[in-house]
Amino acid sequence: MAFISVFDVLGPNMIGPSSSHTAGAAAIALLAYKMIRGPVRKVEFTLYGSFAKTYRGHGTDRALLGGIMGFETDDRRIRDSFSIADDRGLEYVFQINEQEEDIHPNTVDILMVSEQGDEMSVRGESLGGGKVRIVRINQVEVDFTGEYSAVIVIHQDKPGVVAHISSCLGEYQVNIAYMKLYREAKGATAYCIVEADERLPAKIVEQIEENKHVQEAILVQV
Amino acid sequence: MDFKNAAELLDLCQREGMTISGVMKRRECELTESDMEHIRFRMEQALVIMKDSAHTPVGNPGKSVGGLIGGEAAKLAKHREEGRSICGSVLGRAITYAMAVLEVNASMGLIVAAPTAGSSGVVPGLLLALQEENRLSDEAVMEALFNASAIGYLAMRNATVAGAVGGCQAEVGVASAMAASAAVELMGGTPKQCLDAASTAIINLLGLVCDPIGGLVENPCQSRNVVGAANALSCAEMALSGIQQMIPLDEMLAAMYSVGRGLPHELRETALGGCAATPTGCAFGGCTG
Repeated sequence: MAFISVFDVLGPNMIGPSSSHTAGAAAIALLAYKMIRGPVRKVEFTLYGSFAKTYRGHGTDRALLGGIMGFETDDRRIRDSFSIADDRGLEYVFQINEQEEDIHPNTVDILMVSEQGDEMSVRGESLGGGKVRIVRINQVEVDFTGEYSAVIVIHQDKPGVVAHISSCLGEYQVNIAYMKLYREAKGATAYCIVEADERLPAKIVEQIEENKHVQEAILVQV
Repeated sequence: MDFKNAAELLDLCQREGMTISGVMKRRECELTESDMEHIRFRMEQALVIMKDSAHTPVGNPGKSVGGLIGGEAAKLAKHREEGRSICGSVLGRAITYAMAVLEVNASMGLIVAAPTAGSSGVVPGLLLALQEENRLSDEAVMEALFNASAIGYLAMRNATVAGAVGGCQAEVGVASAMAASAAVELMGGTPKQCLDAASTAIINLLGLVCDPIGGLVENPCQSRNVVGAANALSCAEMALSGIQQMIPLDEMLAAMYSVGRGLPHELRETALGGCAATPTGCAFGGCTG
């Protein structure tokens, strides 16, 4: 059983009205924001299930937009995130998908384009009480919560890559909490997600990217 | 130092001569490897947010995003300040603040989930009313909040605090148990009296369904936070007067969980039953699923 802290009971400190539909939505989008390099220029949100039905009254749309601009769940600017996004020139679209039923009731797909033109899609689920998990990155099924600082390595599924990542982590004395590998197919694009007990040193990214099979390493700090 | 249930918590308190808040603080320090200063700092931040969300709507009413509530706290405060309150000072203040916090929550303001956003008015409502009416220190209120978190932890660990799983009894019911126990410690009661008050609070709200109109955290959530605070105050008073509760808190948490899982789907946050499915509730949308 996961540890329950005093501040899991009296918390999160959050912008209302709903821990699942507001705080959870902001948390998913904030993770997505941390996963793409550079600010987001354009974003498309697709809402499923209960998110699709009740997003307006719960401010789910404002929370998602706030998160994608880097606002934490307790940031009072969330209420005004539409006008802030307009001022910043961020393009945004909200779509609802009520056809898809075989899906967690509070699910959102986020398709982002950064200032540099990089694209990334992320699917997140809001699990209640502000807890969330990311279940898909660019069509690959993954599972990570953002509760730990993590490095996400996008690479070709070739021998030696995981060993290289481990040796980089070892060199910086990072204590690994969880290490998981996901791939589209054998030999295709793979995602290695390493979650650590403490914040990860920023330099680790360059070192991991030295391997010729590594496409990109992304640091997601708590 | 850790405990899995209320019986172990009581045993720890009695063996070590500690309060419930004292045990909960030590558990937090040990299991998160933090020092007392750090957790005290975090609790102080929570208290600042609680005070702000309880007081702001009294002078500056907000309108909810869904449009069903807004301005209730100001009305209650005015009524009380004019000397027309029939609840009296502590209860009158507690229900004002409970409504205020839900007003802030529904208008996308900053609140502390306690244990959830939909039940966030109960604990600050009662504790801040007791503080102001009895001129108690912030330190004393923070101790009471640690006490409240021990009860909430037991509910999260051994039952549920999610309305979608256990109905409103799991949200406002648990919040009320947290507030009752915290109020007993704040007003000088023993750990046993705290747990008795918490158990009675769950008993009184057992079976309460979650039926938000239009699926919004507005009505009946806001007035149920009032009942959570009023129930907590009464349960604390009973315990402090020496009335014992024969059913232990652990058994009532198990009963609450079992009743919650037995509730039909329509009465667990789906907006398909109860208040949401009345003709008036339906007129605001949501009851058709």
